[in-house]
Amino acid sequence: MKAAETLRAPSRWRPWEVALWALIWVMALVFGQHAALINEIAILALFALSLDLILGYAGIVSLGHAAYFGVGAYSAALFAKYVMPDPLVGLAVGTALGALLGLLTTPLIVRGTDLTRLMVTMGVALVLLELANKFSEFTGGADGLQGVVMGPLLGHFDFDLGARVASFYSLSLLFIAFVLMRRIVHSPLGLSMQALRDNRLRLTALGLSVNGRLAAVYTLAAALAGAAGALLAQTTGFASLDVFEFHRSADVMLALIIGGAGWLWGGLIGAIGFKLMHDLLSEVTPQYWTFWIGLFLVLLMLIGRERLFRPWTWFSKART
Amino acid sequence: MLTLLFDGIAYGMLLFVLALGLAVTMGLMNFINLAHGAFAMAGGYILVLLMNRAGWPFLACLPAAFVLTALLGALLERTIYRPMYGRPHLDQVLFSIGLTFMAVAAVDYVMGSSQQNVQLPDWLRQRFEFGSGAWQLGMGAYRVFIVISCVALALMLQAVLSRTRFGSRLRAAVDDPRVAAGLGIPVDRIFLLTFAVGSGLAGLGGALGADILGVEPSFPLKFMVYFLIVCAVGGTSSITGPLVAALALGIADVLGKYYVPKLGGFIVYVLMIAILLWRPQGLFSREARR
Repeated sequence: MKAAETLRAPSRWRPWEVALWALIWVMALVFGQHAALINEIAILALFALSLDLILGYAGIVSLGHAAYFGVGAYSAALFAKYVMPDPLVGLAVGTALGALLGLLTTPLIVRGTDLTRLMVTMGVALVLLELANKFSEFTGGADGLQGVVMGPLLGHFDFDLGARVASFYSLSLLFIAFVLMRRIVHSPLGLSMQALRDNRLRLTALGLSVNGRLAAVYTLAAALAGAAGALLAQTTGFASLDVFEFHRSADVMLALIIGGAGWLWGGLIGAIGFKLMHDLLSEVTPQYWTFWIGLFLVLLMLIGRERLFRPWTWFSKART
Repeated sequence: MLTLLFDGIAYGMLLFVLALGLAVTMGLMNFINLAHGAFAMAGGYILVLLMNRAGWPFLACLPAAFVLTALLGALLERTIYRPMYGRPHLDQVLFSIGLTFMAVAAVDYVMGSSQQNVQLPDWLRQRFEFGSGAWQLGMGAYRVFIVISCVALALMLQAVLSRTRFGSRLRAAVDDPRVAAGLGIPVDRIFLLTFAVGSGLAGLGGALGADILGVEPSFPLKFMVYFLIVCAVGGTSSITGPLVAALALGIADVLGKYYVPKLGGFIVYVLMIAILLWRPQGLFSREARR
């Protein structure tokens, strides 16, 4: 009885987690005038959550996660434009296509070293970028896909200019995804993912299929990224080549690193931190904010995240 | 057709010199340095500054670009790169991306975001023509100069790595730093020197190719992917691998841009993915030969 309790303990909701979620919802209600920013944060957080799943839990490095984001965005936008404008169906389509692409590209990431994986994931995103650029009569090319009009959410709530509905829509989805991920990472599948990250050989020795697990987690992450992309396209009513760009993959990686990979709150906290920092910096120096982001990144890596966020340890001796 | 091929070769040779430093740090020191393009950019800017502001001749600027970037590389290696050597690859990638961002923004701030003009000397602006019709070969003196200097550099490096005492020490230090240090090889200093030379080569490449590649703040991000492709596809354990990969990439890029302008990048990336699937360690790696 006791053993079962101990095993179940990590998966239990902590009081502070419940409190944080309550706080997030209250913030969304109170700061209605910043709804556009909240919407962006929620989308980035969902995207970072997806990257966290493969990077933090399964240990797959990726510099091209924007590929799935972009596919979700374009498919949701095109679906709304040509088939039907209902947001939820479009969201499902974006998620499904993201997952499909993830499944198809799994064979590319199971082989090779970290460097190969970085290059291949980046290559996939770049190939999709070139394709979207090439078929410009379909995707709008460099001008972006315009004329996407979304129908009302659940048949009642129209997307308004102040993005209030959009922010609640994105936050709800983020919440659902978070709860779902929480279940998954504490399930046997999630535990095997972490085992995969730590020692592949042992996982094989336990009789589990490494490639099968990798395919499952990669597809799942791609589906989430697709959902995030679809959200972006739906709430802005626009999709452009920008969704496939390298900086999008880099941004989400950065957000996740700020929050810390390997726990679910990492993506959320990182997304909040990154967006607020971005907003603040680009207000102070609109042209040179990348310098400060770069400096922050360098310091973060040099000092280490644990130490940087605990100033009182700066002057004590480094643990080596 | 031949003209295009020649341009492709010149471009490829340039990429080779630029990426070589990266291949060395990546293969020998096991460090993924995405900020490599920033050193190349530094070389380009040194050339522009010396030529346009100080009035130095083109030929004198090239060694200056090499030396100054090498010094910069050595300084950075000593101060901030060294703690990153043993870290996971992801940390290194993020660290060097951060450096790249800083370099781009800083250059933008100091020099402005516009592209810098390079005034080539007259003797480099000539053009030789051979043959006629479809097989006409036109060679710009500038590109001939690039090819010749790059070939000379490659031969020299190969000789240094395989024939000299420094080369064998370097290879020993890479294979097993602890044992090498135990044998009395100053591993730290060798890594420092290698890093400096690698950065210097990037600076030299950036200066040499100033007219083809352009000198502008977004340079490191624009060419980062190309350098990485050269290293990943060519493998990083020899000089031949990156050389072949760089030549192939240069030719494919020039031809692709000419014949199918809209699909040029697409072909390059698909080829890269295909090659990496077929040979995850690169075309000419030690692992593949074993």
